[in-house]
Amino acid sequence: MGEWAVRAEGLEKRYGEKAALDGFDLAVRSGTVHGLLGPNGAGKTTAVRILATLRRLDGGRAEVAGVDVARDPARVRALVGLTGQYAAVDEVLTGRQNLEMFGRLFHLGGKRARRRAAELLERFSLTEAADQGVEGYSGGMRRRLDLAASMILAPRVLFLDEPTTGLDPRGRGEVWEAVRALVADGTTVLLTTQYLEEADRLASRVTVIDRGRAIADDTPEALKGRVGGDRIEVVAVDAADLPAVAKAVARVCEGEPRTEEGERRVHAPVSDRVAALTEVARTLQDEGIAAEDIGLRRPSLDDVFLRLTGEVATV
Amino acid sequence: MSQTMTGTGTGTGAEIGGGRGRAYWAVADCLNLVRRTLTHYRRKPVNILWQLGFPIVSVLLYGYVFGGAMKPPGGGGASDYRDFLMPGMFVMTMAFGFMNTALAVVTDASKGVTDRFRSMPMAPSAVVSGRWLTDLLVASAELAILALTALAMGWRPDGGLAGGAAGFALLLLLRSCLIWVGAWLGLLVPTPEAAGGLYAVAFPVTMVSSVFVAPSTMPGWLAAVAAWNPISSTAAAVRELFGNPVGSDGSWVQENAILMAVVWPLAITAVFLPLAVRRFRRLSR
Repeated sequence: MGEWAVRAEGLEKRYGEKAALDGFDLAVRSGTVHGLLGPNGAGKTTAVRILATLRRLDGGRAEVAGVDVARDPARVRALVGLTGQYAAVDEVLTGRQNLEMFGRLFHLGGKRARRRAAELLERFSLTEAADQGVEGYSGGMRRRLDLAASMILAPRVLFLDEPTTGLDPRGRGEVWEAVRALVADGTTVLLTTQYLEEADRLASRVTVIDRGRAIADDTPEALKGRVGGDRIEVVAVDAADLPAVAKAVARVCEGEPRTEEGERRVHAPVSDRVAALTEVARTLQDEGIAAEDIGLRRPSLDDVFLRLTGEVATV
Repeated sequence: MSQTMTGTGTGTGAEIGGGRGRAYWAVADCLNLVRRTLTHYRRKPVNILWQLGFPIVSVLLYGYVFGGAMKPPGGGGASDYRDFLMPGMFVMTMAFGFMNTALAVVTDASKGVTDRFRSMPMAPSAVVSGRWLTDLLVASAELAILALTALAMGWRPDGGLAGGAAGFALLLLLRSCLIWVGAWLGLLVPTPEAAGGLYAVAFPVTMVSSVFVAPSTMPGWLAAVAAWNPISSTAAAVRELFGNPVGSDGSWVQENAILMAVVWPLAITAVFLPLAVRRFRRLSR
């Protein structure tokens, strides 16, 4: 399939007057997890649905696994898997019956469909519940069954549209584990999410989308770097100590430390993380200043996201 | 890729399908979707009883509770009314069937199952044809159960084997055209809950017909509406074919009921089949 599992250039999609995608570009390297981040209504789902051939594009062009989605959608469908925001499985059937039905509809034939279903149930730890109705499944189990159904043909590219929305932390962990295992097997994953933590954990590269356009595309680390580096943060027990704390912090930081009186907090950017932390801790101890908390904060993707989308909004 | 992914020889893409043609897969995929719904009934046999609950309760209510007070067209007692009523009940069951279609369609659409089918390399026509064949099979089963119930209650058809077969064929023809109405509505309403509201429309449309009483007993304008109701045409035609009291008001449309019981469903299909298919295609807009 080459270097790129997904290449999209200048994608456009409008609904009436409103442009859902407005010149959206995306390039996903083969064998990686690529995050697509954006607020509600930014165009994440529209982009995924176009790439999975569920919707026609109005402009631009897109290739998935080397196949043009507009010219040969049937072939794209044989090469991709899709797991949407809902667990798109039959509620009445059992887990096994679901996978066997989808397998037959993927034209595997009865025998291979049965074998593949058993294999996937095992792989997604659903063997025990295989012969129970899906109605009785937990949210995490449903989503895993949904993932299994997308994996029947061992797709080269898997689209995951907010795969953990509405799941509890345990269900989320189960899905993350399943996604990591898929990528270890060579599947490329395009993951849309509103949870920045999720992109941070899974994706090696992230595209930020806002109002139908890609406004950033980089590694999570580099994106965080754009917002600024690490900061040291000290919370004093006694507000009267704040000037002394600020003085201690000033000795190691770059620029002016900032003091938040109400929170009894002093923070400042630092370059040498560990040295700064050690130095400040020692100074505070020497001077007998009690600290409630002392630590290093890395900017989260939330910070990145707010900064990037905020910037665009104010231009 | 590792062994687990390719271990069963589950290759990707092109080699799947074994070189069989499109027509083969259009039929095979359709039958697979039929099998899916039949598995639903196998897992939950009680569902078919729920679906039949309304007509069976209606048969009992109208047959025994109101039956004594009802005057069958052409005179006679409660048992004559039951002979008039039963074909009407078959028609009503077929007419209400569009609710089942709409509910099944909107459930799949709102749960993402329709999208999953659309994202798969299966025959796109199968989603539509599978629904049609499934609903006709279920309707046939419903008719069989209902007919046995009616026979047990003393319903006596008198139209011979050919008449009986033709009668059931017309009932299924009515059900068939309403599948397209149901599919269209199912793609129009947002949620299964909203589809429940369709009963508010279905109920009066079914009642203002010759299902329970002869239209000639209604006020003039209502009688005309009831007589021209497509459901009345099938009811009158089926009564005629089963050799049960027809209760025609002598109007042209009622006198030519068998013709109209074919024309109406074909006309409804001609309108709603394209509407449903267009609505389905619009999912990719």
